[in-house]
Amino acid sequence: MDIQQAQPNPPAAASDKRRVRVEKSLQRRHRAERRFRFIGMSAVVFGLGMVALLFISILAKGLPAFWQATVVTEVYFDPEIIRVDPRPVAQPGESPAQLREREMAWQTQVTMVNWNRILEDSLIAHLPEAASARPRVRQLVTSGERFKLRDMVVENPGLIGQRAQLKLLADANVDVWLKGNIDRSLPDAQQQLPPEVRAWADQLYERGVIQMRFSTTLFVNPDSRGSLASAGLAGAFVGSLYMMLIVILLAVPVGVASAVYLEEFAPRNRFTDLIEVNINNLAAVPSIIFGLLGAAVFINWFGMPLSAPIVGGLVLSLMTLPTVIIATRSTLKAIPPSIRQAALGIGASKVQTILHHVLPLALPGILTGAIIGVAQAIGETAPLLLIGMSAFVAAIPGTPFDQSTALPVQIYLWQGNELRNFFEARTSAAIIVLLALMLSLNAFAIWLRKRFEKRW
Amino acid sequence: MFKKSLIATALVAVGASFAAPAMARDNLQIAGSSTVLPFASIVAEEFGNAFPQFKTPVVGSGGTGGGLRQFCQGVGANTIDIANASRAIRSAEVESCKKAGVNKIHEVQFGYDGIVFASRADKGSFALTPRHVFLAAAAEVPQGGKFVANPYTRWAQIDKALPDQEIVLVIPASNHGTREVFEEKVTHAGCNALDEVKALDADGKKKACNTLRQDGRIIEIAGDYTETLARLQAQADAVGVFGLSFYDQNRDRLKVATVDGVTPSLQTIASGVYPVSRPLYFYVKGEHIGVIPGLKEFAEFFLTEQISGAGSALESAGLIPLGDSERAKIVADLRAGKTVQ
Repeated sequence: MDIQQAQPNPPAAASDKRRVRVEKSLQRRHRAERRFRFIGMSAVVFGLGMVALLFISILAKGLPAFWQATVVTEVYFDPEIIRVDPRPVAQPGESPAQLREREMAWQTQVTMVNWNRILEDSLIAHLPEAASARPRVRQLVTSGERFKLRDMVVENPGLIGQRAQLKLLADANVDVWLKGNIDRSLPDAQQQLPPEVRAWADQLYERGVIQMRFSTTLFVNPDSRGSLASAGLAGAFVGSLYMMLIVILLAVPVGVASAVYLEEFAPRNRFTDLIEVNINNLAAVPSIIFGLLGAAVFINWFGMPLSAPIVGGLVLSLMTLPTVIIATRSTLKAIPPSIRQAALGIGASKVQTILHHVLPLALPGILTGAIIGVAQAIGETAPLLLIGMSAFVAAIPGTPFDQSTALPVQIYLWQGNELRNFFEARTSAAIIVLLALMLSLNAFAIWLRKRFEKRW
Repeated sequence: MFKKSLIATALVAVGASFAAPAMARDNLQIAGSSTVLPFASIVAEEFGNAFPQFKTPVVGSGGTGGGLRQFCQGVGANTIDIANASRAIRSAEVESCKKAGVNKIHEVQFGYDGIVFASRADKGSFALTPRHVFLAAAAEVPQGGKFVANPYTRWAQIDKALPDQEIVLVIPASNHGTREVFEEKVTHAGCNALDEVKALDADGKKKACNTLRQDGRIIEIAGDYTETLARLQAQADAVGVFGLSFYDQNRDRLKVATVDGVTPSLQTIASGVYPVSRPLYFYVKGEHIGVIPGLKEFAEFFLTEQISGAGSALESAGLIPLGDSERAKIVADLRAGKTVQ
């Protein structure tokens, strides 16, 4: 008994010890795993939380800016105030240049009409008590709206003497007041608008003459400083569009061609290694350096115009080039050699192999790389500041050679505007537009990949 | 084949872009002072609306110094036509302009601007004098007959009447013309009025008045006033230097300080009672007149009563208009083609 008991005992103790040790170590390893998973999870939650915070704060600030205080009122194009000659028509024997000159003179005459008075009259119809304070009444409607009336008359001189129901943008400060973006309880000295204008604004808002309406201003107008409520993104958007086109036309073909050459044709030697290292280095160069290069080379040396999308497009192309080359090369690498061997095996030439088999298969990857490169390029601000694209441009550029801003630069400019109460929301609205553009570009890239993806 | 056509496309695109310099510019390019920028932008918009035959001018920023540097780069369509400045051009700048072939510089003064000190609306009110600001900002201040490293950390230590707040002064960096006015009208004025400074020789005066403290209580802002405002939001005790028009549009967040007992306003600055004001200028490149369409017209348009006079859009944006006789003289000088020597 003793022996029987004693014999299994020592090994049992040893195995127990081992088991305890193994269990301990197992527990430790499980704890380590749980810890590791927990850290990973919290990193994900933290990241997502930050993104959510960013989106929520931008949306909360920016969305209200898409709705602007708008005065809906009847405007009488009073012939007593609009005293202009009839619009010039072509006379026999007159050259187009002469007609154009007379047309310009006529337009200047139409511009000089006291349009403010017409706007004031229209508002005084709603506010009879305001008839004695015309300069104050004018503070209700943003000053750019007088040019809207002018443009209507230039387009259709028959309007003179007619009445029209118009939607006029309220002044930026009225918008700020009605939305409560300025503390409504502040004393008069700290308010932007005089007390009577604030009272009128409230009164008209209650009666539905001033309404919060979805405003297309943000999308159809260029930037404005004289009439802050009519400042829009159209100029910046078109500028960004031109730059995107230039990047697509330049960086994509050049990038794909170099990637195909390096991957499929170039011999492996020190020289191509050097090129490869340099392409990777180029991808890591900070974007502001491309801006300095653009200012020095394109503007000072080649004498290209300042603040023009063409220069911006060239700079951004240089910046995007390495991204496209690297994306294309890795896509080409991922295509199985069997495809090439099969093509070569049935007698195709190298060029045929690449053009007929390799490139079509690589297309989704190349497109994805290109779109992501372009999306990165349109979000770029720093290099554009250095080539003068941060200027105030009050017109929509007609060609890539005209001065313009870009969407991210416009955000930067608005964030520096003096009237903080109005432009804080406007800046966030511009960010929403830029983000929407980026997200749709990325969604397009994902769709392309899903659509054309081949599995082997 | 495919690759060749790709390269060909790229070459065509690059070629097209090289054709650009051949194109003449048909709109004005303006750059410079960020104080003048809002005014110049409003005029540019009005100009584009009033003259359908000219395109709307483009107004860039970059500070007075940056604008004049661009202005003096030379003559040609890829250089700017007008430089906005919140101080007069320096002789060194005129020299560098001449070296680059810009000989006809027309100086146009179009109004005045006030520089104000403002703190957060929810903090104490300041009644400053140039002496206070100098004592708060200088590296060394006189005490007991000799200069010692600035010991002041709170405004109340300088003067019992000032709020008991940490001294943090947010001032424009030297790329801004505003900085020069701040020094000339405030710190130098405050410095030179001290008896201990009066006793120094010229070099000693210069050193005593020009050296600002480096212990982090002076924050220099190279960007625009929005950045100064953001600083005030982050550091509640700070006092910032702003343009009058910027303060005017942010009255709900800022509280303005009086200087020598005078509250800055359009009236006190126009009458000269408020001490810290300065003229605003723009400089026209004479070589571009007649080459870039609309340059002369723009300069004259800027000076008209309806644009920059009393009751104009610029006045409501915070510009202090010129007096009638001043305006008449400046317009006459511009018409006569008077240049900076």
